[in-house]
This record gives sequence, C-alpha cells and structure tokens, in this order.
Amino acid sequence: MNLHEYQAKELLKRYNVPVQEGFACNTPGEAEEAYRQIKTTYGSNFAVVKAQIHAGGRGKGKIEGKEQRGVAVGKNAEAVKEIAQNILGGTLVTIQTGPSGKLVSKVLVAQDVYYEGPNAIKEFYLSILLDRAQGQNVIMYSTEGGMDIEEVAHNTPDKIFREHVHPSGPLQAFQARKIAFNFGLSGEAFKNMVKFVTNLYNAYVGLDCAMLEINPLFKTSDEKIIAVDCKMSLDDNAIMRHPDLGVLRDVTEEDPTEVEAGKFNLNFVKLDGNVGCMVNGAGLAMATMDMIKLSGGEPANFLDVGGTANAQTVEAGFRIILKDPKVKAILINIFGGIVRCDRVAQGVIDAYQTMGNISVPIIVRLQGTNATEAKKLIDESGLKVQSAILLSEAAELVNKAVS
Amino acid sequence: MAVLVNKNSKILVQGFTGTEGTFHATQMIEYGTHVVGGVTPGKGGSTHLDRPVFNTVADCVRTTGANVSIIFVPPAFAADAIMESAEGGVDLIICITEGIPVQDMVKVKNFLQGKNTRLIGPNCPGVITADECKVGIMPGFVFVKGKIGIVSKSGTLTYEAADQVAKAGLGISTAIGIGGDPIIGTPTKEAVELLMNDPETDGIVMIGEIGGSMEAEAAQWIKEHGTKPVVGFIAGQTAPPGRRMGHAGAIVGGADDTAAAKMKIMEECGIYVVKSPADIGKKMAEVIKK
Repeated sequence: MNLHEYQAKELLKRYNVPVQEGFACNTPGEAEEAYRQIKTTYGSNFAVVKAQIHAGGRGKGKIEGKEQRGVAVGKNAEAVKEIAQNILGGTLVTIQTGPSGKLVSKVLVAQDVYYEGPNAIKEFYLSILLDRAQGQNVIMYSTEGGMDIEEVAHNTPDKIFREHVHPSGPLQAFQARKIAFNFGLSGEAFKNMVKFVTNLYNAYVGLDCAMLEINPLFKTSDEKIIAVDCKMSLDDNAIMRHPDLGVLRDVTEEDPTEVEAGKFNLNFVKLDGNVGCMVNGAGLAMATMDMIKLSGGEPANFLDVGGTANAQTVEAGFRIILKDPKVKAILINIFGGIVRCDRVAQGVIDAYQTMGNISVPIIVRLQGTNATEAKKLIDESGLKVQSAILLSEAAELVNKAVS
Repeated sequence: MAVLVNKNSKILVQGFTGTEGTFHATQMIEYGTHVVGGVTPGKGGSTHLDRPVFNTVADCVRTTGANVSIIFVPPAFAADAIMESAEGGVDLIICITEGIPVQDMVKVKNFLQGKNTRLIGPNCPGVITADECKVGIMPGFVFVKGKIGIVSKSGTLTYEAADQVAKAGLGISTAIGIGGDPIIGTPTKEAVELLMNDPETDGIVMIGEIGGSMEAEAAQWIKEHGTKPVVGFIAGQTAPPGRRMGHAGAIVGGADDTAAAKMKIMEECGIYVVKSPADIGKKMAEVIKK
C-alpha cells in the first residue's frame, strides 16, 4: 500500500525522524492559511507547495494545460494561494504517471529548508528495503541526493553504498556512524545523521514498511538533518496489525475497476489488451496472460479468482472485465483440484444466463477434477461458449477469436 | 524414496482443528499420508480425525515421533508456528499459509540459521511424492507416478505442469511447491539440487515467476552441476513493471528480474526454456528421449 508524502511524514514524526514540516491542504484558502502559520513559526518568507499524488517526478512534471509544475516555491501568501489554485483539481503529468497523469486533490504546503546559514547545504539519498536474496533489510545510500537514483546506480555504481541490518536487532550504532562518515559529515551534522538513520530504521520496521525512501535527505545550513521528501509503501500483509495505518489508503489513486474487484475478494490488475481472463491461482493467471500474447492477443487484465470459482465470483469477474470496451474475448482458465470443474462450469452457465447478452466470445478451459463432465455441461448448454480441456486447445481458440 | 517426503514420513499438522487444517488433513489421510497427530494450543489431550491433538509441537514430536510438520495457521501467527516447529525438533516444515508479513519472515529466516530444519514455503501448495506421501493442498490424482521432478513457485501452475507431464506419457517423482513470497525457506536452487541428486528423478521441470533472482541462481548452479535435463518456464512475460501480480513476491523491480531476463539466463545455462505454458509436458517428453 502506497502512502502520500504528507501521510508518510506524519508517521516518521512518531519515530522522532525530523521532516520538512508542513500542512496538507484541500483548498487554496487552506494553503494560504498554512503559509501564514509557516511564516510565523519559521520566520521565512518562502513556502513550498507540493502536489500529493502516488508518483514521483512531481517537480519536473506539469499540470495539464498549464505551465504550473507539481512542486513550486511561493514567496508570499498570494503566490502560495495561486500555485495551490493551479495545482488543486488539475491533472499532474510526470515521467512516472504516464501521459494520462493523475488528478491532484491535496497539496502539502511546507517550510523552506534551503535557507542560508553558516555552512553549505547538502543533499543525500537514502532508502531502506528488503534484500530478497539475503533475507535481510538493507539500507542503500548515496552522496548523490536529489537525483534519479537509478541513473546514479547505472552511471556511478561506486557512489551507492549498502548496509545490511542483522534481523536479530536494531541498526547498530557502529553502522549508523559508518553511514554518517560515508556521507562525509562531522560535528553536529554527524550526530544528527546518526540519530536520523537509527530512528528511520526503527520506523521502517515498526511500521512494517515494504519500502522507505528519503530523497533528498537534507543537511541544512545550520547542520540539521531533515527528510525533505518521503516515499513510503507498507507491506499489505502486515496492515492487519496496524489498524491505524489501513485507513490511510487512498482509493482515488487506484484503478476504479481494481477497487471494485477487491470488494469481491478478486485479485485484479488492469492491463491494456483485448483478451480478458479469469484464472484460479496467481502463477497460472500470469501464465495464461503470457499464452494469450503468444496466441496473437494482448491480455486485458490479471485476475486470480482464488480457490472458489463459483457463479458469484464468475459473474463479478465477467462484469469487471466487460467494463473495458476494448475486450474482444474472455478466456476462463480453471485447473480444478479441490474445486470440481463441473461446479465451475455450472457457475459459468448460471453467470452467463444472469448477465443476459454477453456480446464477446467466451472460451472456457476446464482441466482437472471432472473436466469431461464440465465440457459436456458447457457444450450442451446452448450458450455461445466454447470449451477446451487442454491448454494448447484454449490457445488455439483465443487465436481464432482475435484474428 | 524420491525427496523430502516418502511413505515413512510421519506428519503432524499445525492448526489441525481449524477449517483448513481439518479439510486438508482429511484429504492427506485419504491419499495415504501418514498423519500421526496435530497441534492446536489449548486443545491438547483431545482427539481429532481419530488422531491425538497436542498443545505444543514438542509434545507431539515426543509422543508420536513426527518428523514433518505442515502449517495451516493464520498469517498473523504463522511465523511463530514455524519457529515452534523448528524448536520442537522436526526435520521438515511445510508452511501453506499465505499472507505472512515479510518482516516476520526476515526473523524466521534468521531463526532457522544453523538449525537442521528445512522450511518449504510459505505461501506454497506443499510437497508430494507420487503414490507415497502428500503433504500439501494439491489434488493428488494429477500426480501420476513417474520420474520427473517439479520445482515451482506457483500452485495451480504446478498441477498444470504435472498434468501435462502425465499426458505426455511420463509421470512425477516429487513435486515441490517452494512458494511465491519474497522470502521463502527453500529457494529454487536448493530444491533443484535435491532432485538432481535423487536417483529416482530423470528430469526436472522448473517453474518460476517474475521478481527476485532465485531462478538465475538455480540456472547458474545447473550449468555447473546439472546432470539431468531441465525444462523451464517463467510466468509473467506480459506483467507490467512495478505491479504485484497476486503473489507477494511476483513484482518486477528492475531489469534483472523480468521474465525475459530470467529466461535468457536459463537458456544460456542449458535449460530447455518454453515460452508457452502449454508446452511444458511436450518439451519434457522431447528432451528426456535425447
């Protein structure tokens, strides 16, 4: 589950991780008020307005039809209000959103941390994630902050450091010091960085994060260490033990058909093709998508109906897939193990009859327990449903349907 | 013989009296699996499916001599169940549970270090040695006895592969469902290694998915140590990057863990890679004759 920057920063504060402070605002009026509070608290004339969407590249991205960037600095209340006005309700297109962009319904109005002071400012990069091969969490960091880290990793891999954390304990003090030294810090900033990294790791574990990225991780001119931006995603499997975090889900950031599928406990991912599919099991579902492509079609979705493929789930699946006008055919691929194929076949027939007129061809491939009885049921139903037992037969039927 | 489980294996079921545990334990017993008892904390001393129920794994092992545990415990408590089992002294733990938080598995992986207990899964269909012992949730009849081993991250795709292998006139020695989570007890390489060393296995089907680097490691090992033909398939050639495809571990993170990248490495290492999942059985029949 992905979080917005403003939500992630609030969570980090619980773990005493210093962040660029700000207020999440829904209207230009709220943004103006936020600016006043920031000015009073921090004594700066500047404030940053940041569009809140689940995608990166906001600073370079533009609001559709305007010259407005997704992140902009305002130097007085009117400017901040105007920027918020431009961004809120607009569609922000960035390198990560794709050409259709994302609707912005919140902005974060935040303090300016790039103020002048006794020392130079510095931007770093730091993220914490799982190293799957090692089975351990790893802290990845670089002195090259504020940049696209994949580019840094590609062009100058020696500038990326990794620190694995042993699962039996927290981040050890010597590891936190090593990170701070590798950043080239000393004095007050060094101490602040040690605290920052230690607390950030505690937040990562405590919140059951799947990924936590701070870019830029910022040293101010007066030696403070601050998270200026934060990308956080939580482990979906762990939400059950964090009831307070579950409510942070923003369904408006997700595909509406995916949200609807979730209500029926269907595992659905929207894709761009012309052949819909409904499969039991995630691996077989992916394999079925691949087979559709090899048969000359393009998969329109990933859909795992799980262990119970009955009339209700099949009907829900039909309705969700058919919302997409590009779908030219639907392939149902069920390997009946514990679930009997004849029951699934009856479910398909019932769902088909309830739905009335399905205009696209339906191909049903049922294999496993009672597959022959299932094929007979489908063939004798009088419906415009084609049946197959072997996967290769299903592939041929898909090929015919799309050509 | 085959690997991991056989007709002499003594199975204990954790989460024995729950809905899932009851249903699948019944199916396993019908298959002929030697289920000796189960564990449900608080229900020790009672009897379930004509077998004794214990409060702890250690009690169950001491009394019944169980050496394999299968886990049907809900995700929030599954990591604890795995660690209890390892401490209780079983040789093999098969965890079926899907949805265990990944930080829990980080702890489990560390806990198992240095212990003589092997973990299969979690989020897997289990292990079956055809006609001898089924420790899992797979439909037993699909696994016709033969000499082909299967290693797979996915449940139904394992059944699909087993069915195709049987229809091609071959059969299955042992099928190992290793699980679709980011952290699992037995990676692809180790499962392949077991089957490569098994005198009753003549060929191996290796089924992977997008995400992680386990298939690439297995492929490198096969290149250096392989003595039997391996047919490979990677699910998710059409999966978009950055999206999780059902399994918690099935997500393309970079250029190295796409299906195309994995298939390329596997081919370079001498694995017979099929592009279509419909060709797994056919390809195995073809290469086993060579």
